[in-house]
Amino acid sequence: MTPDLACVDLVKRFDETTAVDNVSFSVPPGSFFSILGPSGCGKTTIMRMIAGFLDPTSGDIRIKGRSVLDTPPNKRPVNMVFQHLALFPMMTIAENIGYGLRRQKMPKDQIARKVDAALERIGLPGIGARKVDELSGGQKQRVAIARCMVLEPDVLLLDEPLGALDLKLREHMKVELKALQAAFDTTFVYITHDQSEALVMSDQIAVMNAGRFEQVGTGQDLYYRPETPFVAGFIGEANRWKGRIERAEGDVLQLRAETGLAIRATTAGGLAAGDRAEIFVRPESIRLAGSAGALSDVDNHLQGRVTSILFNGAASRVLVEDEAGETLEVTLPQSGEFASLQRGDTVHIGWGAAQASCFGGQG
Amino acid sequence: MRAQSRIAFILLLTPLLLWLGLLILIPHIDMALISLRERISFGVYETSLLQYQKALTEPLYLRTFWRTAVMSVLATAITLLIAFPVAYYIAKMARGRLQQVLFMLCLIPFYVSELVRTFGWMILLRETGLISNLLQWAGLADQPVEMLYNDAAMMVGLVYTSMLFMVVPLVTTLESLDDSVVEAGYDLGGNGLSVLREIIIPHAMPGIVSGCIVVFMLSLGNYLTPTMLGGKDSLWFTEMIYNQFIVRSNWELGAAFGFMLLVLSSVIVWGMLRLTGRTLQETMG
Repeated sequence: MTPDLACVDLVKRFDETTAVDNVSFSVPPGSFFSILGPSGCGKTTIMRMIAGFLDPTSGDIRIKGRSVLDTPPNKRPVNMVFQHLALFPMMTIAENIGYGLRRQKMPKDQIARKVDAALERIGLPGIGARKVDELSGGQKQRVAIARCMVLEPDVLLLDEPLGALDLKLREHMKVELKALQAAFDTTFVYITHDQSEALVMSDQIAVMNAGRFEQVGTGQDLYYRPETPFVAGFIGEANRWKGRIERAEGDVLQLRAETGLAIRATTAGGLAAGDRAEIFVRPESIRLAGSAGALSDVDNHLQGRVTSILFNGAASRVLVEDEAGETLEVTLPQSGEFASLQRGDTVHIGWGAAQASCFGGQG
Repeated sequence: MRAQSRIAFILLLTPLLLWLGLLILIPHIDMALISLRERISFGVYETSLLQYQKALTEPLYLRTFWRTAVMSVLATAITLLIAFPVAYYIAKMARGRLQQVLFMLCLIPFYVSELVRTFGWMILLRETGLISNLLQWAGLADQPVEMLYNDAAMMVGLVYTSMLFMVVPLVTTLESLDDSVVEAGYDLGGNGLSVLREIIIPHAMPGIVSGCIVVFMLSLGNYLTPTMLGGKDSLWFTEMIYNQFIVRSNWELGAAFGFMLLVLSSVIVWGMLRLTGRTLQETMG
């Protein structure tokens, strides 16, 4: 099947800086593809090149197999939902949604029918005569998507559209966006710096850093099997150690951290004894226990003192200071077992070698 | 504390009330009274509408009245057509330093008096002026060309004088237009023309209307430019008012003319607001 959108060796340079450095990817039809990265990593530049507002320095952009480099933005079969939505404040909601159809010289009655159908679809029937500033943030969001979707684009680009919403609404819109994508059955390309947005909605996520794609994969891939230290540090949270590898037996390594701690970890390969390396362990993969005996079956085992309890509902954490004086973040299980845990208590923590990802070179 | 803020309020209000009363209200009431009287003999006056009757029946007066109105509207339209692209460039395309420099360039001509600026045009356009000499030197004309003292020269002067007052409100409103709204216009299939018509112009409408009102009033009330650059056919209504008051000492007719001009500008501004569906509050505030 031809991908809906394919970028081949895309490069964009601004004077001296390379904003997008040799990026290639393809998005299968009907899928939700996210580009996730910190601000300034070049994700907006990619988006603007796909929409046609910027010309790539080299490389190709193909939509349904056809190169669109010579097509101006108003002729490309892609539409964009802008960061601040960019609804036309001088028009009513119906005029906003009908704008693109008017440009296609569609007869008036047909436009009116399509606009009504689109409003129905986004769950806001009968608001066509209202002004843009009479709508709430979430409603504007849906109108911005409907305004693009009436044109039936091959690809819909979304540039951090949830950024302006408050937290509660953002959580709600995540679910809703995913549902809208399924309802319209269109390819969505979504860019964001918020990992939770990307993880919740996407079929595929590309993690971008400094103009390059670090890793492309499903949310599970990125979370459980990060391929680069950047991905391991960027997706989710992690405790990290730097050190030197003491022993390597296949995939399993033993690393001596700079603090003197010995940690057993796994690697995707390519590391040998003596290499400098970095280890990432997620707070939620660390087990908490009251006695050493309960952790006898895990590879890494530490004893420490609770220095602080960070209560945050389901995402509560405990800060544990180990014997080397280093502080680790450990997720606090909500099963009630540790409800009486207090500052200063001694606890035992441990994690398996499979839960500790090790990357070379960063040491 | 209460009493203090009361005093401050009165102190702040006084200049405004003085200005409104002494410079606008009282002179206008007096003008109205003067325009409504007829001189019977030395020092003897009677109330009548004779002055208005004269003004509305004498062909020269009437013709000048309408000509001034039409030419002012034309000058406003030309100013808008020239100022809009200039303002769009300054507000949306120029960046950083260039933006400031361009804005300053619009302002700089206003550092010198209107009189000197108008003389500048005379130096360029007169028979022995720069352009005439240039044309002769280039062989495009075999004798001196007179470009002054006609409607075109006057129009150039009027537009030049009003330019800044159109550019400033336009730049201000266009700057507030989010770039991504324009991009969205293109992204959804619009071309340059439809984006201009459906997005940029509706957004800039408050600036267009307030710029037009100011420029129209300035043109209508202009005295220097039509007098210096216009020909003998380009009589401006303000010149006629001047003539009645100063040359002919006919204050009664002059006052009537003044009132006609006030009514004319009010009617046209009101019409302009009606046409664009705006209220004065929206446009000015």
